[in-house]
Amino acid sequence: MATPHHAETVTRPAADIGTPSTRSSGHGPAARSIGRVLGYLALAVAAVGVLLPFFWMLMSSLKTNNDVFTIPIQWIPETFVWSNYVEIWQKSDMTTWLKNTMVLALAVTALQVFTGSFAAYGFSKIRFPGRDVLFLVYLGTIAVPWQAYMIPQFILMSKINLSDTLWSIIALQAFGAFGVFLMKQFYETVPEELSEAARVDGLTEYGIYRRIMLPLSVPALASLTLLTFVNTWNDYLGPLIYLRSPELWTIQLGLKTFVGQYNAEHALIMTGSVLSVLPIAIIFMLGQRYFVEGIATSGLKG
Amino acid sequence: MATTLAVRRPGSRLKRRNTLLGWSFILPNFLGFALLTLIPVFALFYIAFTDWNAFGTADWVGIDNFSRLLGDQSFVTALLNTLYYTAFHIPLTLGLSLALALLLNRKLRGVAFFRTAAFFPYVTSIVAIAVVWNMLFSPEFGPINQFLTAIGISDPPGWTTSADWSMPAVIIVGTWREMGYYMLLFLAGLQTIPPELYEAARMDGANAWQRFRNVTVPSLRPTTFFVTVMLTIGSFKVFDLILVMTNGGPGQSTLVLSQYIYNKGFVENQLGYASSISIVLFLICISVTVVQFLINKRSDD
Repeated sequence: MATPHHAETVTRPAADIGTPSTRSSGHGPAARSIGRVLGYLALAVAAVGVLLPFFWMLMSSLKTNNDVFTIPIQWIPETFVWSNYVEIWQKSDMTTWLKNTMVLALAVTALQVFTGSFAAYGFSKIRFPGRDVLFLVYLGTIAVPWQAYMIPQFILMSKINLSDTLWSIIALQAFGAFGVFLMKQFYETVPEELSEAARVDGLTEYGIYRRIMLPLSVPALASLTLLTFVNTWNDYLGPLIYLRSPELWTIQLGLKTFVGQYNAEHALIMTGSVLSVLPIAIIFMLGQRYFVEGIATSGLKG
Repeated sequence: MATTLAVRRPGSRLKRRNTLLGWSFILPNFLGFALLTLIPVFALFYIAFTDWNAFGTADWVGIDNFSRLLGDQSFVTALLNTLYYTAFHIPLTLGLSLALALLLNRKLRGVAFFRTAAFFPYVTSIVAIAVVWNMLFSPEFGPINQFLTAIGISDPPGWTTSADWSMPAVIIVGTWREMGYYMLLFLAGLQTIPPELYEAARMDGANAWQRFRNVTVPSLRPTTFFVTVMLTIGSFKVFDLILVMTNGGPGQSTLVLSQYIYNKGFVENQLGYASSISIVLFLICISVTVVQFLINKRSDD
C-alpha cells in the first residue's frame, strides 16, 4: 500500500454502493503501477465514449449551420453563436412544450409518489389474506411490455374520453407498479419493532405511515421522485399516441416535429436538443446520489 | 368453506380489520393500476380475436388474425429484426456494463465522476439522443465516418441510410445508452462480495483471472440473472429509439415487433390485428422470463 497518494481521498458519492472494496492486484509494485496505468487508460477511453456525443451536441448548438459538418471536424466553434438560443424560441413553440411537459411531470410524480408509497406500506407492513398474490400480480406486470397492451389501453382511454387530453398521460404514468415496488423494497428494511412500539403508543396505521414511515423514507422518496420525473419528462411514445393537438405537445414531441420541419437547420436542432436535456442534466447533477440509490434498490432484489 | 367457522375464532376480527386496513392503503394505487394495466392486459386477449377498427365495433373472427400472421412477410421481418437486435444488444450490453463495473470498482482517481457520467445517457431523452447520433452517423461529413476514414477505412458504412448498417447503428446507440444503468446494478452486486473471499483466493495463489472466474462470477450470479432478464424484456420491446432514428427503415431493415404493432394499430387502425401481434410479443416476453427463472432456479439447487 505504498502508493504516494492516498486512494481514500477520491471523492465518493454519498451512496455506499460503488465504494471500492477490492484491490485488483496483489503483485509487486511494478505490476501494480502497470495495472494502474491501464486502468486510467480504460477509464479515459470509456469517459470519451460516453460523453463525446453530449459534448458534440453542446458545441454544435453554438455553431453556425454551415460549421456543424466540416472536414476536418471543428470541435470548438470559432465564434460562439449564442443567438441560436434566441432564435429557437421564435421559430418553435418551446414555451408551450416546456409548460406541458412540466405540468405532466409534476402531476405524475406527485400521484406516483403518494399512491405508490401508500400502497407499499399496505404491502409491507400489514398482513392480510391475498396480499402476497396481489403483489405478485403487480410484479408480473413489470415483465409485460407496455407495447403489448397499449392498444386495449388506448381503446379504453378513448371510451372514457381521455385521449387527446393531458389527463391521458397522467392516468397512464401515475399508477405504475414501479413506485409500489421501489417503496416496498425500502419499507422492508425498516425494523418491525418500530411500528410495534408505535402501535403500543396508540398510533393508528395511518399515523405510523405519516409520522414514522414517511420521515424515515425521505431518501427513497427522493429516488422515486427523481426517477419518475425524469421518466415522464423523457417519455416519447405515450404523448405520441395520446396527444394529437399541437397545443398539448410535450418537449419530446415538439423537438421531433421541429427536426422534421427544419431538418437542414443542424445547429438549431442541436440547440433544441440541448434545451430538452438541460433540465434533466441539472436535476441529475443535483440529485445523482438518489438516482444511484433508487436504481440500486429497485435492481438488487429481482 | 372454512370462512364461516373462522368468524368465531378469536383472531378473525383482527384479520378482517387488517384486510380492510391493508386494502385502504393499496386502493388508491390499485384503482388506477387495475383500470389502466390489468383490464387492458386481459382485454388484449379478447380484442386479438376480433376485427376491430378505431371507431367501429368488434366482430369476432376467431383465430383469423393469427392465421393471417403466419403468411404476413412484414411480421416475419419484424420478428427476425427483433431477434437480431436482441442477439447483439444483450451480450454487448452485458459485457460492457460488467467491464465498466469492474473498472469502476477499483481505487482510481476520477471513478466517482465517471460513475455519474456513465449513467447520464440513460436519463437523457431518446429523441435528443437519436437526433445527435443520427448526425454523428451522417455518411459523408459525420464525425464517426471522418474518424473511420482517418484510421484508414476508405469506404466507411452508410449507417442509418444503409439497409445493412442501420441495425448495427441502432444497436450501438442502444448499448451506449443502457450500459450505464446495468453498470450500476453490477456495481451494487460487486459491493456485496465479501473481501475475505478474495483474500482467501489470493492465499491459495489464484491469479487475477482465476479470482474473477471463481469468486466474482459466481458471487455476481443473482445480479447477472436480474440484468439478463431486464435486458431481454428491454430488447424485445425496443421501439422509441428506432422510431426516431430510422422509423423502421431503410426499407424494413429496422422494423421491429413493437413498431409493427404501432403501425398496424395506430397508423392503419387495424386494432384487432395489431392486438394479435401484441399477443405474440406478450407471449415471447413472458415465456423467456419464465424459462430464465426456471434455469436460474435449477442452477440454484
